Amino acid sequence: MKKYTDSGKKDTRSGFGAGLDVLGEKNPNVVALCADLIGSLKMDNFVKNHPERFFQIGIAEANMIGIAAGLTIGGKIPFTGTFANFSTGRVYDQIRQSVAYSGKNVKICASHAGLTLGEDGATHQILEDIGLMKMLPGMVVINPCDYNQTKAATIAIADYEGPVYLRFGRPAVANFTPEDQVFEIGKALQLQDGTDVTILATGHLVWESLLAAEQLHQKGISAEVINIHTIKPLDDEAILASVRKTGCVVTAEEHNIIGGLGESVARVLAINHPAPQEFIGTNDTFGESGTPAQLMEKYGLNAAAIVNAAEKVIKRK
Amino acid sequence: MSSVKELENTVSQVRRDIVRMVHKVNSGHPGGSLGCTEFMVALYQNILHRKPGFDMDGVGEDIFFLSNGHISPVFYSVLSRSGYFPVDELNTFRLLNSRLQGHPTTHEGLPGIRIASGSLGQGLSVAIGAAQAKKLNKDVHLVYSLHGDGELQEGQNWEAIMYAAAKKVDNLIATVDFNGQQIDGATNDVLPMGNLRAKFEAFGWDVIDIEKGNDIASILEGMALAKSKTGKGKPVCVLLHTVMGNGVDFMMHTHAWHGKAPNDAQLESALAQNEETLGDY
Repeated sequence: MKKYTDSGKKDTRSGFGAGLDVLGEKNPNVVALCADLIGSLKMDNFVKNHPERFFQIGIAEANMIGIAAGLTIGGKIPFTGTFANFSTGRVYDQIRQSVAYSGKNVKICASHAGLTLGEDGATHQILEDIGLMKMLPGMVVINPCDYNQTKAATIAIADYEGPVYLRFGRPAVANFTPEDQVFEIGKALQLQDGTDVTILATGHLVWESLLAAEQLHQKGISAEVINIHTIKPLDDEAILASVRKTGCVVTAEEHNIIGGLGESVARVLAINHPAPQEFIGTNDTFGESGTPAQLMEKYGLNAAAIVNAAEKVIKRK
Repeated sequence: MSSVKELENTVSQVRRDIVRMVHKVNSGHPGGSLGCTEFMVALYQNILHRKPGFDMDGVGEDIFFLSNGHISPVFYSVLSRSGYFPVDELNTFRLLNSRLQGHPTTHEGLPGIRIASGSLGQGLSVAIGAAQAKKLNKDVHLVYSLHGDGELQEGQNWEAIMYAAAKKVDNLIATVDFNGQQIDGATNDVLPMGNLRAKFEAFGWDVIDIEKGNDIASILEGMALAKSKTGKGKPVCVLLHTVMGNGVDFMMHTHAWHGKAPNDAQLESALAQNEETLGDY
């Protein structure tokens, strides 16, 4: 088994902030917008270093999305920053008409996604955003797994022409992917080679899947772990190649199983290679207040839950 | 620059285009289209500083956004009569595989369109963003936008109105088609909006009324005044007092023709009231 080392826990939102700062130096067309959450989104350095290219919108997310769409007309590459809930559900129609249908080059950067937002509770813990965004024609949906990958993804999406939803989180989590990685949109990354079960994970659940694979290994089960950082476009080929080898799959995401990564995987398998699948995710429910670890435990979004699901799905082969 | 007489000739032709387009597919929005015909013709023929051809970024020229996208008939007619695409293409309005969708869109690549609109209340934010991009690009040209008065009931407008004043977006002229009508009736019956001038002013805008919003000379004069107010630290709002359905007597002064097509006899009557000046498509 490959060994992965946590180089020190960091929040993915700081990866976004670091990537945005790099872009500020690298690409004069990159502009940033924020709806009164500069500190939470870690946009401070961009604001400090490029004040002329930063737009403080105030608490008005609909206006922010529209202004971002307008800024593309004139060649700017706008990155909007607010919590995932206010980046998607609150402004769905603005994104749909002014960004997606209009084909505008807007990068919607969404922090505090999922349960791990923690104590603020369900009003802020969106678990439906991947579904909302992946349903929009032409929208790219990315959910990187750690600080380094979020930084790399932030830098990479500036070079992609078209609307992107970039989802990341609040808590400090394991930082284990290479610091110098080049992020390739839509290219799934195999982290462990295995033969008995495929684990397809996104976001914070990727590290949990690596932990699960170690536990499964100790039980004599060979688990393949693939990091699906891009939920749309989905890397169908990588998924099919793996499931053809292992014969079953567990999907893992910090999101409702209705509308998330798991359903996208199920569609690909149903069409091409039907196989048993188990879904790790929240099950048609809102979240609640608690620490991130407590919530991930309560809602079954950790390594232990992935191990159970893997054992279950192998029996269904 | 066209003379007032030439603009009036174009207006007559655009009115014919509007009623013919809507009649052909028995759908679309003639009322607001007719009410804004003089404005749109004056805007594209005399007011906007336009480059030849079309590119999305519109750097080095004035650009326009239609927020109340349902008045697409007048937008399409004026764009085609201004050279953005062949006039014959008006024949395809609202038909399958057309670039002239029910509401304007960039999706089909129609020259002249820079944003999709139709779901109301989004255009002002977009116009503000484009105006701020012009400032970043050190492009001294202006951004113009048009909005329905009923559309101002959408809350996003007020986010945008607050923002534009706070951020001194003074290269923007937002015009409100102030016809007092919306689908369900008079705006004063559906949801009275109070004193719009006072509201815009309270938010920090310069406001200009064009009382005769269907009179070419008044529009040219009022928009010149509006332009003179740009670059002074405030966004500019034009309250364009129009008559919905203007130029077709039975469509005037009522919300009834907001989104309804004329039948054959009504079309004949509407065409009889408006001379064919530039050749029907």
